[in-house]
Amino acid sequence: MNQQAPSPALPVSLAANPKLSSWLKFSNDGQVTVSPGKVEIGQGIVTALAQIAADELDIDLARVQMIRASTATSPNEGVTSGSLSIQQSGRALRHACAEVRRIFLQQAAERLGVDADALDIEDGTISGPGNVRTSYWELADEVSLDRDATPGVTPKNASRRALAGHSVQRIDIPDKVLGRTRFIHDQALAGMVHGRVLRPENSRAKLIELKEDGARAVPGLIAIMRDGSFAGVVSETEHGAEAALNALRKGATWSDGEPLPDENDLASFLKTQPAESTVIDKRTAAQPGTVARTIKRQYTRPYIAHASIAPSCAMAQWNGDRVHVWTHSQGVYLLRADLALVLKLPVENITVEHMEGAGCYGHNSADDVALDAVLLARSAGGRPVRVQWSRQGEMSDAPFGAAMAIEIEVYLDAQGEIIDWRHSIWGNGHVARPGRAALPALLAGYELANPFPRMVSTNPPQANGGGSDRNSIPLYDFPSWRIESHRLTTMPVRTSALRTLGGQGNVFAIESILDEIAAERGEDPIAFRLRHLRDERAKDVIRAVAARAKWKPEKRPGIGHGVGFGRYKNTGAYCAAIAEIEGAEEITVRKLTLAVDVGEAINPDGVINQIEGGAIQATSWVLKERVRFDRQRITSTSWTEYPILRFSEVPEVEVEVIQRPEIDPVGAGEAAHGPVTSAIANAVFDALGVRVRDLPITRDRIIAAMESSL
Amino acid sequence: MPSVRFRLNGAETEIDTDPDRSLLDVLRGQLRVTGAHFGCGAGECGACNVIIGDRAVSACDTPLWSVADKDITTIEGLGTSEQPHPLQRAFIAEQALQCGYCVSGILMSAAALLKRNPSPTSREVKEALDRNLCRCGSHNRMVRAVLRAAEEMAAAG
Repeated sequence: MNQQAPSPALPVSLAANPKLSSWLKFSNDGQVTVSPGKVEIGQGIVTALAQIAADELDIDLARVQMIRASTATSPNEGVTSGSLSIQQSGRALRHACAEVRRIFLQQAAERLGVDADALDIEDGTISGPGNVRTSYWELADEVSLDRDATPGVTPKNASRRALAGHSVQRIDIPDKVLGRTRFIHDQALAGMVHGRVLRPENSRAKLIELKEDGARAVPGLIAIMRDGSFAGVVSETEHGAEAALNALRKGATWSDGEPLPDENDLASFLKTQPAESTVIDKRTAAQPGTVARTIKRQYTRPYIAHASIAPSCAMAQWNGDRVHVWTHSQGVYLLRADLALVLKLPVENITVEHMEGAGCYGHNSADDVALDAVLLARSAGGRPVRVQWSRQGEMSDAPFGAAMAIEIEVYLDAQGEIIDWRHSIWGNGHVARPGRAALPALLAGYELANPFPRMVSTNPPQANGGGSDRNSIPLYDFPSWRIESHRLTTMPVRTSALRTLGGQGNVFAIESILDEIAAERGEDPIAFRLRHLRDERAKDVIRAVAARAKWKPEKRPGIGHGVGFGRYKNTGAYCAAIAEIEGAEEITVRKLTLAVDVGEAINPDGVINQIEGGAIQATSWVLKERVRFDRQRITSTSWTEYPILRFSEVPEVEVEVIQRPEIDPVGAGEAAHGPVTSAIANAVFDALGVRVRDLPITRDRIIAAMESSL
Repeated sequence: MPSVRFRLNGAETEIDTDPDRSLLDVLRGQLRVTGAHFGCGAGECGACNVIIGDRAVSACDTPLWSVADKDITTIEGLGTSEQPHPLQRAFIAEQALQCGYCVSGILMSAAALLKRNPSPTSREVKEALDRNLCRCGSHNRMVRAVLRAAEEMAAAG
């Protein structure tokens, strides 16, 4: 779709929130406040949205004040996820600002007595022939934006945008580098007190008995709260809350809890659980070929933790039967909906306001801690209560990215060409987000004396990118395929959205087996991929990355190179990666080269930053990460037991952005994970001659793979 | 309560509290100096790094008594909005973060490094930051920013 054509329909977010004044307002001091429904989660979205607004309005970026999302004032844009913020919020803002610009031009034309077409806008000043001039701010009182957006507006031509397409400095970075208060963790509300919640070590254990004497003796204690298995303390100080929590823990008796699967045999566990099976996609060859042989491989990835550097935090304050919540949730309206379900209150009684937290890579415990704060604040006599989880809680009680077992069976003809393809996925669903069901998805809701049933994760439909099945439909032009997903209907380990959902696992599986087939044929893996692709944008990123990495570098002992490609969700950003690794006892990823196509890159440096970050995070997943557990409890509850990539282990990363200003922009945050994962795995084969099909690729896994290939 | 005295960002500071409490808890709680961030509470992530004397240490597992009479610098004392430290300018110039939660601790580790080694190599920067965790994957930009700051400081003499 081309942005320059008048849009026949409103962008989705604008259609849902058509009132123009809910998106932007001009204030008297020469500023414009822009109020998107999407939130900053460390990805730089707020800056990109400010660029779009400033461009369309013809004002200086410094005049744009970005407002944090709140259910009191902001458009409802659902959740900030799925790399959709530029697509949804960006498109809505571009349209809304284009329309506002037109409205102001008409008003200026009337006031100045000249034709609107003869007027020009420069940094908000509207001028025309005969040196007539006015401005947005002069006209602001005469123009009401309390009106609905209309279709048919023409945003600026890409070539006339001054800011979009250029790297501008992110507006949130100076505060963060100068140590100014910006994170929710650093806020102090008047009269604020501190809460902590007691949770069991053993998975889903129930609180049988709670002796409160120890906690009651801690100075500063305001209240001890218990409702079923949910228990917590409120104290005048954070220090006091910690001390009271420790005392409370000593006085708690828990049930045994519910058993966890065997972490060393996840594939068997995933493949034997009750499941709901779905055929995701099917393609049938017009003229089926003759099968000469088949190759069948199984790939797995473990549960992966969000592992944000900050433990989740929230604040809540009751005023009668109304409550105000401050949160770093990805969706203020969705959280509000679930809070209303738990509290049995109308949503109007609840205000949820966003504040920045640490980097968010999906549905972590941000929403859970918000309910914790709301429940504890009930016993704080109207004072605001701040609750922060512990590192241990963050690593064990937050939802994880789902473990996956993937089996691919490839049918080859006598020439070794692919004639049929079967891809089957087993695992829990990838989404149990709040605000989307008739029942809440918040942890404390499962612990109350009258508990809500634990939500079992589901998968979004393929039309929205799918969940377990995300990226499972081949982008390659095979004549025939069948893709199946088996979503578990039990869920002993809590899972929900983590960056890419099933995308990382599926791209890893597809790109690994393709690499294996190409190697068996003695065909170059890049040539093999290009031969099976029809989409020129896909081929372009692969050709670009190959050129950039000077494919294929000369063979050197102990060094391996591998390639991986994917188009996120099959509809989003194109990304190709080449990894250079060194294989000794441990794998070191020396360099990652990537090429990416997000259509119009609004802030190219922002795109590069996201791709670099995604590539490094994916390297961490591939080399190190695996949620550990025994049969009773999650055991990887610290950075020692859940190591992530360190500075000394981080590869050099080079990113090439293929800029396509005429093509609608898509997000960049999840494009790199699948391609990088497979590029590293394929490079390991190139270096060591062994295929590791179970993530993470650790020393033990390499040894196991070598032994099984003997 | 016994009192503990120290200099915080150049200001004489005296605190009456349990001296076994962590420095981080006192900074963030009693003193409302919130630039050092809580990340793990076990000295494993570096989000709470401050400079004590001339070394970057994690404040979360530093007991208050151990900083008696010491000089403590937090991110708030590194530079100001008007006069940012060269490291702060370099982190802005390199856009060297995504979420930024870890960055105040990383800046303190980097500042301590540049004090003892004004012209580090890229490898030395990585070693100095190796106990600081970043989850967003901004490592390479941060290393570039530290090298840039070092160059700028050397040029300024």
